[in-house]
Amino acid sequence: MLSRTADNLFWLARYMERADFLARILQASRRLATLPRAYGGVETEWESALLSSGAAPAFHAAGLTVDEANVTQFLAFSPDNPSSIRNCIELARVNARAVRTALTVEMWEAINGAFLELKAFEQASRSAEEVTRFLDFVKQVSAAYDGGAHRTMLRNDAYWFSRVGLYLERADNTARLLDVKYHVLLPETEAVGGSLDYFQWTAILRAVSAHTAYHWVYRDSLKPWLVADLLILRPEMPRSLIACYESVVQNLDRLGKSHGKQGPAQRHARTVFGQLEHATIENVFHNGLHDFIQSFIADNQRLGALVSEQYLF
Amino acid sequence: MLSKVAKFDEMDGVDGVTRVPYEKLAKWLTSVEPEFLASRRAQAELLFRRIGITFAVYGSQEATERLIPFDILPRIIARAEWAQLEKGLIQRVKALNLFLADLYGPGEILKAGVVPSELVYRNPAFRPEMAGRRVPHDIFVHIAGIDIIRTDDDGFYVLEDNARTPSGVSYMLENREVMMRLLPDLFGLHRVAPIENYPDQLLATLRSAAPRGAGADPVSVLLTPGQYNSAFYEHSFLADKLGIELVEGRDLFVKDDVVFMRTTEGPRRVDVIYRRLDDDFLDPLAFRPDSALGVAGLMGAYHAGNVTLANAVGTGVADDKAIYTYMPEVIRFYLGEEPLLKNVPTWRCREKEALRYVLDHLGELVVKEVNGSGGYGMLVGPHATKAQIAEFAAKLADNPTNFIAQPTLALSTCPVSVASGVAPRHVDLRPFVLYGPNGASVVPGGLTRVAMTENSLVVNSSQGGGTKDTWIIDDAPLARA
Repeated sequence: MLSRTADNLFWLARYMERADFLARILQASRRLATLPRAYGGVETEWESALLSSGAAPAFHAAGLTVDEANVTQFLAFSPDNPSSIRNCIELARVNARAVRTALTVEMWEAINGAFLELKAFEQASRSAEEVTRFLDFVKQVSAAYDGGAHRTMLRNDAYWFSRVGLYLERADNTARLLDVKYHVLLPETEAVGGSLDYFQWTAILRAVSAHTAYHWVYRDSLKPWLVADLLILRPEMPRSLIACYESVVQNLDRLGKSHGKQGPAQRHARTVFGQLEHATIENVFHNGLHDFIQSFIADNQRLGALVSEQYLF
Repeated sequence: MLSKVAKFDEMDGVDGVTRVPYEKLAKWLTSVEPEFLASRRAQAELLFRRIGITFAVYGSQEATERLIPFDILPRIIARAEWAQLEKGLIQRVKALNLFLADLYGPGEILKAGVVPSELVYRNPAFRPEMAGRRVPHDIFVHIAGIDIIRTDDDGFYVLEDNARTPSGVSYMLENREVMMRLLPDLFGLHRVAPIENYPDQLLATLRSAAPRGAGADPVSVLLTPGQYNSAFYEHSFLADKLGIELVEGRDLFVKDDVVFMRTTEGPRRVDVIYRRLDDDFLDPLAFRPDSALGVAGLMGAYHAGNVTLANAVGTGVADDKAIYTYMPEVIRFYLGEEPLLKNVPTWRCREKEALRYVLDHLGELVVKEVNGSGGYGMLVGPHATKAQIAEFAAKLADNPTNFIAQPTLALSTCPVSVASGVAPRHVDLRPFVLYGPNGASVVPGGLTRVAMTENSLVVNSSQGGGTKDTWIIDDAPLARA
């Protein structure tokens, strides 16, 4: 397929995934922000939403005050924030329009429909109710697009490239969420169940739709190291780093097979996957959660660059 | 003879008696409620927006993507009428091809004095780069859109030939799909010639046009200027239906006079380029050096015979409005046949007497720039103010060669569903002709364009015109006795 088409599909998938993640972060933050201080509700919640989304520098450069209204506006609707939800949807549509022929009707209609509805949301009020509706809408759109791709796309390089984009982005998102919250996940000495951070942990789990999953996997009350274990090392958890890499490796392998050659991208992805497979959560904490996540984010970025070099010349 | 005739409606004729091809539609219209048509109109708009069938309007800020208005009532042409038209279209495109091969070759028609040579050689659309060059299979125009109008019961006139990169075929195809979803009952009353095989025929034409050196499985691509082009929707639509790559200039490169596209598996050789990019932008080395849309070295590969461009470079000289006036002579010269389709009578302003006549009658004529398109730069005399006429007269006197004039034709009307009910609106027709080494074909129907404003004659989509589905139907005798 055309390199430009592959590039567009790769980024299209990333933008849709990012929009979904931003919606989840905002939902989790809104929930935390309503907690009384005695339950761990802290003023820094909106700052950490900005950090997880990677938009903090742009936000501060714009000289805005950190509060719910401003952060919601900036992350969801702002045309000035290059990775606001509205810009993700718009960029996704620009990419989709350029590669219309590589998309199925379902995928195109999901994106184009979202783009058309976005206009109505932009003009609506910013009442809490409207924002709730908007965030649900974004998650639905992302699910419809993803489902459309899964159900209707031919299993060829177009599909594999977009899947690689999706899982790279998802891994990056999960890693950033962990990176911002790592301090509340550090094993602490307080009595189990009495932690002020309890609601922070649930917020993290909710952001990745894993609140219920946690209990099914561990059959235990919330423990910070298990939250980290779930999001990093559990292959059955679809947003964990290892699950994302399993999919990255799989889709890159199919690409390699269909092109008849493996390259640096495949090798690097397998290396990262191997590290995750052999890691234990004890080791991760022993060597430092923060460093682990930082080096994962760097590895993940490196893979993005390798994919570009190898295929998108 | 053309300007002063009674108004001809394709459903109601001149005398209000329903013409045979429209009998079922007329009856159906009396049976449906106005609210029904209104709801279908709304549904059509929704469908088009969902599918994303839009076009970009140059220079319009707030609405860079607009819908072309769609009318839900079909335009109906009887098979016998169509058969006549089809023959005339094929004859015309055949002549256009022979004409172009001659102009860039021996120039017999110029030597014979049938067409003035300065009209060819001084024409901005003439490409000196092509002089003395042969193109694969000697075919220049693979895809032609011939604009047709009718003014009465018995015949069609050619308004304009489009031999460069005619557009609109995607609307023809989508209109049909939408119609089948919107009005299945009305469909059920008729036997309508299908058009869905157009993409297959186009692909077959492109493949057959590949250079002789290409393998048994030639690679075709569609070259688009990109998504900001007004016809981008059509480009992506066609590439998808054809199952070929939709490429931009930056996706192609030329090495040793061979064209390649950049793919994830490395360079892949390209044999046929269905290009929707104007000559000027094709190759910055040969034409406009500032073009970022083209492919450096493409003309070299073309001249080396390693790639087919559809349409060929330099076809614009044949669809120029000044050359148009010579088409009947061109047909006679190459084919030794009488033209089956009439030309609209035209005054060539380059000729002194004609110019005098035109200047004296500006208020009744339509005056067009010979190189203009899309309805820009023309004067519609009866609808112009005195000041506009005076201004135009000055332009005309200044550079008469640049203009032709035609009578304001009583363009036929068709019933259109509007807010106030069903009303007649002026229409034209753009059938699409495919021409390859294995012969010619015309998809039954074409794009009917409608001037959506009452009494307006301007059907161009850039000027607010709309479209209709066009039905070629069986079971109807040509006309009533």
